[in-house]
Amino acid sequence: MIRTSALRISMRFIRVWQRNLWVYRKNWKISFIPPFLEPLFYLIAFGVGMSSLVGNIRYQGTEISYVSFIAPALIGVSIMYNSFFETTYASFVRMYYQKTFDAMLATPLSLEEVITAEIVWGATKSLISAAIMMVVISFFGLIRYPDGLLILPLAVLGGIAFGSIGMFFTGIVNNIEMFNLPVFLFVTPMFLFSGTFFPIENLPRWAQQVALIFPLTHLANLARSFNYGQFRLSLLWEIGYLLLFSFIFFPLAILKMHQRLIK
Amino acid sequence: MSTERFPGTRSNFSGQYIVEAEKLLKKFGDFVAVNQISFQVAIGECFGILGPNGAGKTTTIRMAYGFSPMSGGSLKVFGLDISRDWRQIKSRIGVCQQENSLDPDLTVLQNLEVFARYFDIPQKEARKKAMELLAFIALDHRRNATVSELSGGLMRRLVLARALINNPDLLILDEPTTGLDPQSRHQIWDRLEELRGKGISILLTTHYMEEASQLCDRLIIIDHGLILVEGKPLELIRQHVGRDVIEIDGPTHELRAFIQDRQLSYEDLGHRLIVYCEDKSELYQRITRGFCKGSCVMRMATLEDVFLKLTGRELRE
Repeated sequence: MIRTSALRISMRFIRVWQRNLWVYRKNWKISFIPPFLEPLFYLIAFGVGMSSLVGNIRYQGTEISYVSFIAPALIGVSIMYNSFFETTYASFVRMYYQKTFDAMLATPLSLEEVITAEIVWGATKSLISAAIMMVVISFFGLIRYPDGLLILPLAVLGGIAFGSIGMFFTGIVNNIEMFNLPVFLFVTPMFLFSGTFFPIENLPRWAQQVALIFPLTHLANLARSFNYGQFRLSLLWEIGYLLLFSFIFFPLAILKMHQRLIK
Repeated sequence: MSTERFPGTRSNFSGQYIVEAEKLLKKFGDFVAVNQISFQVAIGECFGILGPNGAGKTTTIRMAYGFSPMSGGSLKVFGLDISRDWRQIKSRIGVCQQENSLDPDLTVLQNLEVFARYFDIPQKEARKKAMELLAFIALDHRRNATVSELSGGLMRRLVLARALINNPDLLILDEPTTGLDPQSRHQIWDRLEELRGKGISILLTTHYMEEASQLCDRLIIIDHGLILVEGKPLELIRQHVGRDVIEIDGPTHELRAFIQDRQLSYEDLGHRLIVYCEDKSELYQRITRGFCKGSCVMRMATLEDVFLKLTGRELRE
């Protein structure tokens, strides 16, 4: 099944991606607001509110301020949210309520192309939001250029990883309410415990091991390391993990959507 | 639109049939939805698949446009194999699905333009074609309306226009007028007649007998995944029902005896007797004079009589 699936993907998937872009452009003023305000809220809350309690944080042997610690991680969180919510709730609405995929499948598009486009679109939204957030965070002087620009390709990789697993959930949930499960059991724990707001070293040993399974741990760590120009060989492992995660969940997403839609 | 030759003629395909289904089989687990049916649609023909709910109509045409994989048999469209050359086939057909699948995020015009892009039609050409089609379905004045503002009838017309965006050689329609008011239904029929006049082939499912009589050159009635009959609407009526039908409300024992005595073909619904006959106004007069207590009507036989006679009167699903 997967072998034949692979053969059914052509560059035509871009047409579906364009459809989503078209809709996005119609509502861009609204779509731009969350990535614009999100970092502002967090930086004000944590920077002004918490910084005095936390002070500086030791990260990779150097002392950095608390806001410097969380700022790149916030971009990582946004990368996760944008692609995950796009390929879960938004894709589900298109698939189930709007029958958009059914209509597409009556054209020369294959299901594999439709799903690929949805995941790539999710990654695109991650990229857009990462870019907007970087602009906002730059005003706080917290993005280091040019190293920080590496966060942009990272947003695409992270977007593919989280978009794929989101699409996988879309392939298996019975109804839209069921997305609450992966959100509360997968996304929310990651948001809190992936070295986003405090170093994972502060967690008990077993929890650190669990945190290493979370793709956001690696995404946040990569974003932070890229931003501060701390290039180590171990980062390759983290990139590798995100790649592996994508390579597993991308075909799984296609498989599950195939089982769901093609009858 | 009017100046354009319809692609039934531009087709480089030289065979006789545009669709050839051979022992088409579809199973869902143990359930056989379509049981090895064979049929052909000739070029330029409007071919109908009729049947009660759950008969296998939608399943059949979903296989024909490459949405559902077949469990067995073979299906050729334009002489190409649907399981292998699906992309080539799909680029030359237009499909109106049963459920409304218009894009509510986009305007009327954008719905057509986006769809054109799925067929790799260049943007400029897509705009031109979309405007032509909006004129064809008389919706050009509402091209910037969002889809949710449209009535059911207008949405259906837009779905039809969308199915024509790629100049298809074959139009596949799954219950194109279900749920529409009579005005909208006739609008759709008019458009389909016009398309047929231009040589486009049509494969449609319906459970409106009037629709089938009006549009279809040939049809099959299917039930439980099997073909019950195949033929031209009028021939099927003559063959299975006759010319006229007499309906008698509240039939008496004497009438039943009389009918049986004469060995007429009839159906007994208890409170009503339906007698099929060959233009026997003499028979009608005898019945009205001798046996009719309540209402007693003679009318022309229709496809609906054939349908009900063959598929039974009990409710489905």
